[in-house]
Amino acid sequence: MNRLLAYWSILMKDMKNYYLKPPNISWGIIFPVSWTLMFFMRSSSAVDIRGILPGVMALSILFGTTSMLAVTITFERKSRSFERLLLAPISLNLLMLAKTTGAILFGIINAFIPVLFASFMTDLSGINWLSTFVGVVLIALTSTFLGLFIAVSVSEVFEAQTFSNFFRFPMMFLCGLFIPIENLPIFLRPLSYALPLTYGADILKYSINATGRISLWLSLLVLFAYSLLLFTVSTHNIKKRWLY
Amino acid sequence: MNIIEVKNLSKSFNDFQAVKGISFAVEKGEVFGFLGPNGAGKTTTINMLTGLAKPSSGEIVISGQDGIRNIKKVQQIIGIVPDESNLYDDLSGFENLVFCASLYGMKKDKREKRARELLKEFSLDDTGNRPFKAYSKGMKRKLTIAAGIIHEPEILFLDEPTTGIDVESARQIRRMIQELNRMGTTIFLTTHYIEDAERLCHRIGFIVGGRVVKVSNVRDLMAEAQHENIVEFRTDSNDPGLEKHLKSTFPNINIKSSKDYCLRISSGDHIELMPFMNFFDGEGINISEARIIRPSLEEVFVSITGIEIDKLKKEKEGKKK
Repeated sequence: MNRLLAYWSILMKDMKNYYLKPPNISWGIIFPVSWTLMFFMRSSSAVDIRGILPGVMALSILFGTTSMLAVTITFERKSRSFERLLLAPISLNLLMLAKTTGAILFGIINAFIPVLFASFMTDLSGINWLSTFVGVVLIALTSTFLGLFIAVSVSEVFEAQTFSNFFRFPMMFLCGLFIPIENLPIFLRPLSYALPLTYGADILKYSINATGRISLWLSLLVLFAYSLLLFTVSTHNIKKRWLY
Repeated sequence: MNIIEVKNLSKSFNDFQAVKGISFAVEKGEVFGFLGPNGAGKTTTINMLTGLAKPSSGEIVISGQDGIRNIKKVQQIIGIVPDESNLYDDLSGFENLVFCASLYGMKKDKREKRARELLKEFSLDDTGNRPFKAYSKGMKRKLTIAAGIIHEPEILFLDEPTTGIDVESARQIRRMIQELNRMGTTIFLTTHYIEDAERLCHRIGFIVGGRVVKVSNVRDLMAEAQHENIVEFRTDSNDPGLEKHLKSTFPNINIKSSKDYCLRISSGDHIELMPFMNFFDGEGINISEARIIRPSLEEVFVSITGIEIDKLKKEKEGKKK
């Protein structure tokens, strides 16, 4: 009960302190809206809009979650208020789950803003909403824990943003969202399959357009394994670097 | 009865050993001062005691619990006030306190009641709804202390509680520390204000170069210091050879010169002033001031650590800025 209370309080504090701040709300909305409009305006038909929807959703999650973690963790670490949490009688795993839940929720909400736009522009019938939602949750988990891994590896907010781009932009072009993996040079293809977003994008493609190329269960498993790995490595790094 | 027991505690960072096998104990209900110059190992020791750093070797027992293996249980009964006021800028004073209480599992009604009580005790009840970032330095310090005791800990670790704040807030914080101690809280205090240590602490441990060099109660330390007679002369000469010349003339007396034209003469025996006046007269040195220094804890600190208090204060203030 005490643990749940601490978890809930940290989550609510972050919501109030960061996620529900007007600049973040507007940024959280403007970013996916811009992505959506940018791609949708270039699409000549309704079929194209549905075709690019998985990509826009995945990128909205990736950029939203990684950017927020860079602020909530790195900034608190810098101002030493994170020490207060490390010194509280709660386990490190629970603390980090509490710190990342806000970003996961933020990512999930970001993912559905393009869906909302698309619903006015094209027919969304036939979408497997259950696997779409599971895919969105898993992409949000993986991206958030990637953001956590980045935030733990740096000491300044700007470093976190720069380091994030090191992961985000290659993923954007190599995960098969906009350029099919089979059209990539052969030496880049193994790299594509090493990126978690490849599997997340495939789940969304499978669920929205039935065009996935990887088994749904394999993608779910890979994303889950990535989440677990990134979370474990991040908490290990916290113990090593911050609880020195 | 000891509430904190530290045995052969060490901490190394690669090749550098910051804490070198220290041992000491803190008794339940006392105010224990932990003093030492910058880089002596104070913060590393506190970090190990509170769970922010892992010891390389040694033992820590806090209130009967293994302070290394069961640190999360120990953290339930300790309060920590770091040297920087590290609460959340955008939360109000009240929200900050309520949030900190929730980390210790306090129920909503209880934590809100306690937060209001503490705001009142620290004279912050009028500003409890203001965001932390709008607080003055003294108010921030008081709220950080309130956050450290919101869950009524058995032991409170206070790191430099009165540094960089106004006189009135510092006085109020000192009163709070005494009151908390009177109510039974054991206090582990680090400060570079020797007057604070003298006024507040029952016992003091001195750490120098990663080693605890002395642990004693304040009365004994003062008695030890008062065995010494000290006279300070302010001269118009800054000749570096003067100290050497004086030492050869008065071999049984300790002499120390400083850059600000001061000569400090100390001895376990009574110091006759006339021979010194004659010496200075003979050397053509004018004396603008001669004063008897009443030995205080400051002298004990200087003799144990070998660092001047003014230098320590300047270093600390500089670090804070």
